[in-house]
Amino acid sequence: MKSVIFRAVAPFLASLMVLFSIFVLLRGHNEPGGGFIGGLIAVSALAIYGIACGVETVRRAIYFHPMAIAGAGLFASAVAGLISIAARVPFMTGLWIYPSVLGVEIPLSTVMLFDCGVYLVVVGAISSVALSLEERGGE
Amino acid sequence: MDVAALTFLALALPFVGALVAPLLTRLLGHKAAWVLALFPAAIVLHFTRFWPEVAKGEVVTGGYAWIPSFNVSFSWLIDGLSLTFALLIAGIGTLIVLYSGGYLKGHPQQGRFFSFILMFMGSMLGLVVSDSFLMLFVFWELTSITSFLLIGFDHSREAARRAALQALVVTGGGGLVLLAGLLIIWNVSGVTQLSLLMAFGTEMRESPFYLAALLLVLGGAFTKSAQFPFHFWLPNAMEAPTPVSAYLHSATMVKAGVYLLMRLNPVFGGTPEWQILLPLFGGATLVIGAALACRQTDLKLMLAYTTMASLGLLVMLTGLGAPHAIEAAALYLVAHSLFKGALFMVAGIIDHETGARDVTRLGGLRSAMPLTFVIALAAAFSMGGLFPFFGFIAKEEIYYALSGFDRRSMVFAALAIFGNALMFAVAFAVALKPFVGAKVETPKAAHEAPVLLWLGPALLAAKGLSTALLSGLTHELVSTPMASAISGEPRAVAISVVPHVGMPLAMSIATALIGIVFYLKLDRLRDFIATILADIGWGPDRGFDQFIRGLVRFSGALTRRLQSGRLDVYMTVTFILVAFVLLLVPLIYGELPRAPFFAPDVPLHELAIMAIAVIGLLAVVLAPDRLTAIVSLGIQGFAVAVIFLLYGAPDLAFTQFMIETLSVVVLALVMTRLRLSPSDHRPLAQKVPDFAIALACGVGFSLMLLKATGVPFDATLTEFFNLYSKSIAHGANVVNVIIVDFRGTDTLGEIAVLMVTGLAILSLVRLRAGSLRRIADNDPDAEERA
Amino acid sequence: MEAWFALLVGIFFTVAVYLLLSKSIIRVLLGVAILGNAVNLLIFTGGRLTRGVPPVIPGHQDTLTGPAANALPQALILTAIVISFSFFAFLLVLAWRAYEELQTDNTDEMRVAEPKDEPAPPLGY
Repeated sequence: MKSVIFRAVAPFLASLMVLFSIFVLLRGHNEPGGGFIGGLIAVSALAIYGIACGVETVRRAIYFHPMAIAGAGLFASAVAGLISIAARVPFMTGLWIYPSVLGVEIPLSTVMLFDCGVYLVVVGAISSVALSLEERGGE
Repeated sequence: MDVAALTFLALALPFVGALVAPLLTRLLGHKAAWVLALFPAAIVLHFTRFWPEVAKGEVVTGGYAWIPSFNVSFSWLIDGLSLTFALLIAGIGTLIVLYSGGYLKGHPQQGRFFSFILMFMGSMLGLVVSDSFLMLFVFWELTSITSFLLIGFDHSREAARRAALQALVVTGGGGLVLLAGLLIIWNVSGVTQLSLLMAFGTEMRESPFYLAALLLVLGGAFTKSAQFPFHFWLPNAMEAPTPVSAYLHSATMVKAGVYLLMRLNPVFGGTPEWQILLPLFGGATLVIGAALACRQTDLKLMLAYTTMASLGLLVMLTGLGAPHAIEAAALYLVAHSLFKGALFMVAGIIDHETGARDVTRLGGLRSAMPLTFVIALAAAFSMGGLFPFFGFIAKEEIYYALSGFDRRSMVFAALAIFGNALMFAVAFAVALKPFVGAKVETPKAAHEAPVLLWLGPALLAAKGLSTALLSGLTHELVSTPMASAISGEPRAVAISVVPHVGMPLAMSIATALIGIVFYLKLDRLRDFIATILADIGWGPDRGFDQFIRGLVRFSGALTRRLQSGRLDVYMTVTFILVAFVLLLVPLIYGELPRAPFFAPDVPLHELAIMAIAVIGLLAVVLAPDRLTAIVSLGIQGFAVAVIFLLYGAPDLAFTQFMIETLSVVVLALVMTRLRLSPSDHRPLAQKVPDFAIALACGVGFSLMLLKATGVPFDATLTEFFNLYSKSIAHGANVVNVIIVDFRGTDTLGEIAVLMVTGLAILSLVRLRAGSLRRIADNDPDAEERA
Repeated sequence: MEAWFALLVGIFFTVAVYLLLSKSIIRVLLGVAILGNAVNLLIFTGGRLTRGVPPVIPGHQDTLTGPAANALPQALILTAIVISFSFFAFLLVLAWRAYEELQTDNTDEMRVAEPKDEPAPPLGY
């Protein structure tokens, strides 16, 4: 893409979208949102970045191979399900802890880990597709 | 360890042996036979411990629950019948393993052979001790499969492949028929174990399903035991190496059918159907098998056909219903296993040491192979039913059972004498002809066999003599318990080797005399039978070929008809069927929805969004170029997203927005490369019926939805989620809680799918140009050449 | 309201099937994409329609009472949307590669797996 404005704005836009996607992911349990939607927003961010500045830049920016990210996500989700074994409850039972950091109580749960896994799989798998297609388009 | 655990171990032992056999053979060569023979020998040792109990007439059962909810168990039943079979299988198995060590010495696949034969041994052992029906069936089919592997061992020859397939089709098909029979028995009696079934004899025989169950069981037994007209696979199975023929196709596997009939005799036996069908088929098999044996000149084939005849005799005796018939069957079964196993191994020795096994091209071997000659003669004496071998005792008992003066006994007595006389002639043609007379030049210079080869047949032949001389002990441990188990009531076998003057002895002498005549006139007899067969010209063997060819042609034609290879045909058929189901079924059952009520108070913006969706859809259909199609697809997608938003589904709306955006991006990326017009190429004559089908589907789904929304809504699940998503799962967004918590396992599966499609797309994108074509040509060497 | 939705779903299915019956691979793909939407709408309507109120439990309550949209079909559809997209992308790339290899977009001519004059199966053993 040759537009200078687009290229100048794209990195900021993309970072803002990724930030927003994480926000959507985390609020998903109580408000509309969640891993799937957040992941898709992040993929859009990467796609825009890729169209503006080229696939190589994006690949450098995310550092890991997209499929590795997806694999990590699937692993995280599976582990989130398996943690319940340690607590001697059935597979996928949600477990919650409320540690206090700096006086603020933060709810943490296997469910949240699971949702993060979903987020990563969506980001990884779909951005891998989008990036590889964009890459071939440039040839 | 207790007896149950040891028995389980004994049943598993052959499979363990099969596992280590290839490795052992690689280490030790053919000498591995000595080690591997320890496996079956240990089994023999284990099973002999049941002798005292079984001799007292007790039945030993044991086992483990397998699927208790379906009443399926891994359980065994050890009585006189199964114990005798188990000892024969493991005992002869030991000798066969040793024999194959010598026979296949230096063969590159000897380890595999040991493995197969041990697997077969395990299957056969499991079959005869099985108590539960399911286990019986599983082992029954396992023997078919292992037999397939063994017959096709020499798989580079087409004849071996054909014989293997034939045996598998016939005996495997029979196994399926047997399964159907067992299911009927299960339904009628309500039990799944043979030991429990014995109490249901009357119910079984008086059930209206008796005949069906009987015919199905006979279908299984007759195919396995090579009864006419299913006999043809047995002679063809002689393509297998000789140890296989000696073990599977004479001593053990082919007797599985007879075993089944004997096992079910207390339940099924005694009825007119039983006493007509069994002797009829058995008698026919006896005569046909014996006559066909005389026609052959190949040692193995001669023996194969006499095996068929012997199996016929056993089936006949099992169903005869005369006094002493069951005892005779028990005795003859043991005798046959001993002498036939020995004779097959002798035939193998002759083949191995001279390179020829055609009886007309062999002669004068007695000086070169004196030991083999003695073994052969001993076995042949037993087979011919001559004093003082075990075959003599069996034959006396057979004639004792047949010596009545009613018409039925006389007919079957005549059949038995004729068949036995023919077998007598064949026995000596195999055991005497190659050894006597003038020396004939053979491809290999004949010399005596090594110990691994002669040990097995020698022990079997000696056993044929010792069991007869120690008949009291034999009867106590083997014959009496076995006959009692078959008949379902205590029986005592008392016959000894000392001849008694009487009708049976006279019949024995008659048999021997006629047999000697046949032996002397064997050449003329052979030509005579060959002429008859040439006149008939067609047999079940050729019928099998025709059947298989017909099957292949039929399935080829059917596949070409069904799999036209054209996507639009598949699609058309599928959607016509969908439309039929959606429209016809409610029409027939009067389940059409009531006339729809189009609410007039719908807000304008909702109708506008729907209109936009419809316009988007129509634009996709009519789009003249790529860009229009992509944009139109986006329009209908965004319209759907707005509908989700309006109806309380913000999560869906956002997801749909993102997905539609990405779809447009991906489509644009690919479409720029495809350079194809999405416009319709179809002629009008194609468009109209296609549209009709599409419309029918659309109307069908509309009606279905109307009907579904017309009935009261069951909100149980929704209420459950609404009630508990905050109190249990600590989440206010019910949709998200369902996805990540209540139905988390589902979601885990779904993201795994997402991951896999991602990988698949990635690899598709990265494929080198032209690489697909190589896969399509299915040429594995193309890669290397390139 | 359901009647209007039934009509809309019917139109979606009609268009999707009409496109799927085409011989051009691109049109088949467009049909697949629309079929996904059609099925989603079908499930959505089948779970009954409620305007405006998303199934989110208000902060001061513990359970969701009162009228709200049905959460269950939404959860089913949400994952379905993502999965159908991934399949759509897969089919798209497959079609593109097939076009590159076979130089045709006509499904009648894509006969690598099931060739036109396939020889009869062998009759030997």
